[in-house]
Amino acid sequence: MSAPSAELRPLPTPHWDEALAVEIIAAHAGLEGACLPVLHALQEEFGCVPHEAVPMVAEALNLSRAEVHGVVSFYHDFRAAPPGRHVLKLCRAEACQAMGADALSAGLLGRLTVEWGGTTADGRLTVEPAFCLGLCACAPAALMDGEPVGRLDAAALDNMVLEARRA
Amino acid sequence: MMRIYLPQDAAALALGAEAVLRALQAEASRRGVVLDVVRTGTRGAVWLEPLLEVETPEGRIGYGPVKAGDVAGLFDAGLPEGGAHALRVGRPEEHPWFAGQTRLTFARCGVVDPVSVADYRAHGGFVGLEKALAMSGEAIVDTVKLSGLRGRGGAGFPTGIKWNTVRLASADRKYVVCNADEGDSGTFADRMLMEGDPFCLIEGMAIAAIAVGATKGFIYTRSEYPHAVRAMRAAIVAARRAGWLGDNVGGSGRAFDMEVRVGAGAYICGEETSLLNSLEGKRGVVRAKPPLPAVEGLFGKPTVVNNVLSFAAVPWIMAHGAEAYAGFGTGRSLGTLAVQIAGNVRRGGLVELPFGLPLRAVIEDWGGGTASGRPFRAVQVGGPLGAYFPEALLDTPMDYEAFARAGGLLGHGGVTVFDDSVDLARQARFAFEFCAGESCGKCTPCRIGAVRGMEVMDRIKAGVQPEKNLAVLDDLLELMTDASLCAMGGLTPIPVGSALKHFPEDFDVAARAAA
Ligand SMILES: Cc1cc2nc3c(=O)[nH]c(=O)nc-3n(C[C@H](O)[C@H](O)[C@H](O)COP(=O)(O)O)c2cc1C
Ligand code: SF4
Ligand code: FES
Repeated sequence: MSAPSAELRPLPTPHWDEALAVEIIAAHAGLEGACLPVLHALQEEFGCVPHEAVPMVAEALNLSRAEVHGVVSFYHDFRAAPPGRHVLKLCRAEACQAMGADALSAGLLGRLTVEWGGTTADGRLTVEPAFCLGLCACAPAALMDGEPVGRLDAAALDNMVLEARRA
Repeated sequence: MMRIYLPQDAAALALGAEAVLRALQAEASRRGVVLDVVRTGTRGAVWLEPLLEVETPEGRIGYGPVKAGDVAGLFDAGLPEGGAHALRVGRPEEHPWFAGQTRLTFARCGVVDPVSVADYRAHGGFVGLEKALAMSGEAIVDTVKLSGLRGRGGAGFPTGIKWNTVRLASADRKYVVCNADEGDSGTFADRMLMEGDPFCLIEGMAIAAIAVGATKGFIYTRSEYPHAVRAMRAAIVAARRAGWLGDNVGGSGRAFDMEVRVGAGAYICGEETSLLNSLEGKRGVVRAKPPLPAVEGLFGKPTVVNNVLSFAAVPWIMAHGAEAYAGFGTGRSLGTLAVQIAGNVRRGGLVELPFGLPLRAVIEDWGGGTASGRPFRAVQVGGPLGAYFPEALLDTPMDYEAFARAGGLLGHGGVTVFDDSVDLARQARFAFEFCAGESCGKCTPCRIGAVRGMEVMDRIKAGVQPEKNLAVLDDLLELMTDASLCAMGGLTPIPVGSALKHFPEDFDVAARAAA
C-alpha cells in the first residue's frame, strides 16, 4: 500500500503561530456571533484562515469542525493560503463593465499570466475579483491593498501593478 | 489661516484626494499659508471629485475636479479668497447639479466633519432622536407610518409597519440590524452616507430602538467597504462618548448601543435572513419565511432589519414631521430617492430627488450623457437583479409602481448606463454567472438553474440551435421566477428577460453575422 498522497494533506500555513492564534481567537470569542470576527482576525494576521486554526475555532466557539469549515468555505473572502505581498481587487460588476472592465481585467490577467485569485510567479501580487466596490461613478475601479482607485485604464493599471511588484 | 474642506470619501480617494492634500500642504507651506483642513465625506458629485472647498466670507467656494498638479495654479488664482479659476464651481449648493436636488437624507453629507458630534449637532443632528425620546413607541411608529417611508433596500416594504410588529412582540431582548451590505452594482449611497454622515445612521437606528424597545444594534456591512467601516466605528465611539449611545441615551435613562460587523464577500448576505445567519456566525444561507425577522430574527429574537437609507431618513422625518416628508414624491412612493448614477456616464454620482422624476432626467440632465461620447443604448436600474431598459423606456417615472409596471424595479436606486458597445446577450449571461456564483445553494431552481442558464446562453451566443435554446431559456426563466425561495434566483430572470425582450437583436446570432 502506498502512503496517502501528499495533496490530501494541506500544506502547513506559512508563519503559523499557534500561541498567536490562541490569542486572536480568545480576543473575539466572547462576541455575540463571534465566528466571522474570529475568522477575519485570523485572516488579517495570517493572510488566510489557517487550516490549523479550524479545530481551535471550533472548540472555542463550541461548534463542530465541519461547521467552522462550512462557514469558511461559504464566504468568498476567506483564503485557504496566504496571498502575494500585494492584493489587487478588481471590480467585475456591471457599472465597471460599462466602462470596459472586462477587457481591462482580461488584459491584465493575460499579461501577468495568472487567473482570478492567482499570484504572480514572483509572489508579489495576487489579483482577486470583486463584485462592486461602491466606486461605480468612477469606474472601472479597484482596491490596491485596500486603497481605492478609479477610472482605471490599461496604462494606469500596469503602472500600479509595476510599482506594487517593485515594493 | 485658510480653512479647506477636502473629501475623504472612498470615491474622492480613488480619484486622487490624497495627492491633492499633499500638494496643498506643500504649496501652503511654501507660501507661508497656515492650512486648516477638514476631511468631509462627498457631496455626491463624483464627477467633480476631488472637490476642494475653501472657506471665504461669501461661504464655501468649490473647485473641482482638482488634480495635484492644479494646486499651485489655484494658489496663483487666489484660492484663499475664492479666486477665479477654470475649476471654480462657486458655492456648491448653488451649482445647478446640486440646486436641483432635494437633499433631506443627504443634506449634511459632504458638508459636515463626519467625526464631529458638535458639527452634527450644529447641522440639526439628534433633534429627531430628542423628539423621539419624549414620545411613546407607538407615536414614533405612527410618525414613520404617516411619512409613507418604504424600505430603501429594494423590496419597498413600509418601514413603520415593520417596526410596529417588532414593537408589539414581547421578548426579553430585541435587536435593530442595519443592512449595510450594499452589494448591488451601481449603488454606493449607503457607503457615502456612512463615510460622510455616520451619525445620521446612528441616530436613525437609535430612534428605531427607542420605538421598538431594542437595546442592541448591529450594522452589517461589506468587507469591500473598509473606509465606511472605519468611519462608522469612529462615529460610534464618538456618539458613545457624547452620551448618544450607551446606558443613558441622550439622558433618557434608556439603553442602546451598537457595533459594526463585516461580511466576507457574499452578495446573498444582503438578503435579510441570510444576513442574520451571517451575523450569528453561520453560513449565509437564506431562511424560509415565515417566521419574519420582525418576529424571530437575530438569535431568534424580534429584530428590525432595515437598509441604511431607511434608517437615515428617519431623523429628518422626526425632526420635520411626517407630513413634510410625505409632501415629496408621488402616489405610494413618498419622500426622496437617492439615485446613484453610475457606469458609462459623464457626470456620475448621487442625486437625491423626490420620487417620480423620469429616468431620462437622471441620465441626461444630471448624468450628462455617456462618458464615452458614444450613443446611449441601455440602462440597468436596481442592481444586478434589475431590468435593462432601452431608450424607449426612459420616460418611466422613478417610482416603485411605475417601474414594476414597466417590468423592472427601482431596487436600491442604482442607475447603470451603457453605451452602444454593450452586448446584452453577454450581460444576460453575466446575470446567470453572477447568480451561480452568489447563490446560497438552498434551492435547486436558483443553484442549478443559474448554471443551466449560463450553458444555454453560451449556446445561444454561439448560434447553436437558436430556436430550441431560446425556448429552453424561456422555460428556465419561468421556473426560476416561480420556484426560487428568494429574490436572488427569483429575480435573475429580470435582467435576462428584459435584455431578451428589449434587445432581441443581440441574441440573434444569425442576423448579427449577416449584418
Ligand atoms: C439577493 C438579495 C440581496 C439583497 N441585498 C440587499 C442589500 O445589499 N441591502 C439591503 O438593504 N437590502 C438588500 N436586500 C433586501 C433585504 O432582504 C431586505 O428586504 C431589506 O434589508 C429590508 O430593509 P428595508 O425595508 O429598509 O429595505 C437584498 C435582497 C436579496 C434577495
Ligand atoms: S433563490 Fe438562490 S439564493 Fe435564494 S434561497 Fe434559493 S438558492 Fe439561496
Ligand atoms: S460596479 Fe465596479 S465599483 Fe461598483
